[in-house]
Amino acid sequence: MNINLTLLGQTISFLLFVWFCKKFVWPPMVNAMQDRQNQIADGLAAAEKGQEAQEVAEKEAAQMISNAKSQAAEIIASAEKRGNAVVDEAKTTATSEKERIVASALSEVEQEVHTAREELRTQVSSIAVAAASKIADKEIDEAAHAGLIEDLVKQLKAS
Amino acid sequence: MASENGELTGAGYINHHLTNLTYGQFPDGHWGFAHGAEEAASMGFMAIHVDSMLWSLGLGVIMFWVLRRVAKGFSADKPSKVQCFVESLFDMAQDSKDSTFTKDAKNEWIAPMALTIFIWVFFMNLMDLVPVDWIPELAKLAGLEYMKIVPSTDVNVALGMALAVFIMILYYSLKIKGPMGFTKELALQPFGKYLIPFNLVLELVGLLAKPLSLGLRLFGNMYAGELIFILIAMMYSAGIGLGVLGGFAQLGWAIFHILVITLQAYIFMMLTIVYLSQAHEHH
Repeated sequence: MNINLTLLGQTISFLLFVWFCKKFVWPPMVNAMQDRQNQIADGLAAAEKGQEAQEVAEKEAAQMISNAKSQAAEIIASAEKRGNAVVDEAKTTATSEKERIVASALSEVEQEVHTAREELRTQVSSIAVAAASKIADKEIDEAAHAGLIEDLVKQLKAS
Repeated sequence: MASENGELTGAGYINHHLTNLTYGQFPDGHWGFAHGAEEAASMGFMAIHVDSMLWSLGLGVIMFWVLRRVAKGFSADKPSKVQCFVESLFDMAQDSKDSTFTKDAKNEWIAPMALTIFIWVFFMNLMDLVPVDWIPELAKLAGLEYMKIVPSTDVNVALGMALAVFIMILYYSLKIKGPMGFTKELALQPFGKYLIPFNLVLELVGLLAKPLSLGLRLFGNMYAGELIFILIAMMYSAGIGLGVLGGFAQLGWAIFHILVITLQAYIFMMLTIVYLSQAHEHH
């Protein structure tokens, strides 16, 4: 329990230790801790930024998707309209075409009938002429005439 | 002393454990190790407690070796457990300084000093938990008669640190307030200029009480704790019943002492910050 030189030795060592701590231990440690604190803060800020950017991108994507959907619906609607129009048009053209074809066919038939009739008429007249010439040549003989006329009728029937 | 002739008595045992390994100047002028407390006392001031100095310096060097290694191998991404622990110590020192030290002044020495005090005093106190006979017996085998391994149970160690704090208090008081400012603070408080002598006595006593209370508080707590450990250790030689009881007593006291040694280190640190903060304050 004696006070002696140990007291001074301890005082000096204490001051030396404090000096050593201040010079060689405290700064590197505290600086490193500060650096890491900054790093962590930066990282968190960057993460937050990234999250915000992601949110914005998600919103944009949703916007784009809804736009595309509405566009697609529009396109489909217009396509349907167009299709209906095309079908209608086709129907009307087909009907008119049919009518036209029918009409032309009818007129053609009429034409044929007409030509047949004309032909028939010319043939009949030519036969009549031939028969008349034959009659004029051979004198009229009842029996002969009867046969001739029968012949004529047959010819007419045949034609 | 009873133990001088090898007799093992209670008083001798205790005295042996409470005597430092002292190297100093004998009254007749030659230097040497003291044999026994009386010889150590006869050396007066010109003596040094070799064990206190070696243990305290050794612990301090180990402490700084660890701290410096952690600081150099600092890893921000993958901190080791030691690093995490050391970081928490640094944070504790910084927080103590931030919460206690005056905001009017800046002093970059306070926080490192707080850290040094806390860890060093803690380590010195920690030696208290080493069973009291182990190292003295080893030292005896090595030929050293005395070996007191808890530096903070040496009044020189505790007061020596308090003296260093006192020097710093004076240094910063003079540096911050100036010689006149410091003198005024001592002379004109608390009762104004008509009671200057009374003020001076009061303030000087207050000033001197700071380091004394600081050092003696640590010393007293640790010394008392050590004494209890020694008394418990005496039970081991008093039969098997008392020996087992002593084992439990030592365990209990040691667990309680973990609190005491930490608390004392913390108190020493905080009071130092407070005293130095007062030295920085203007009144």
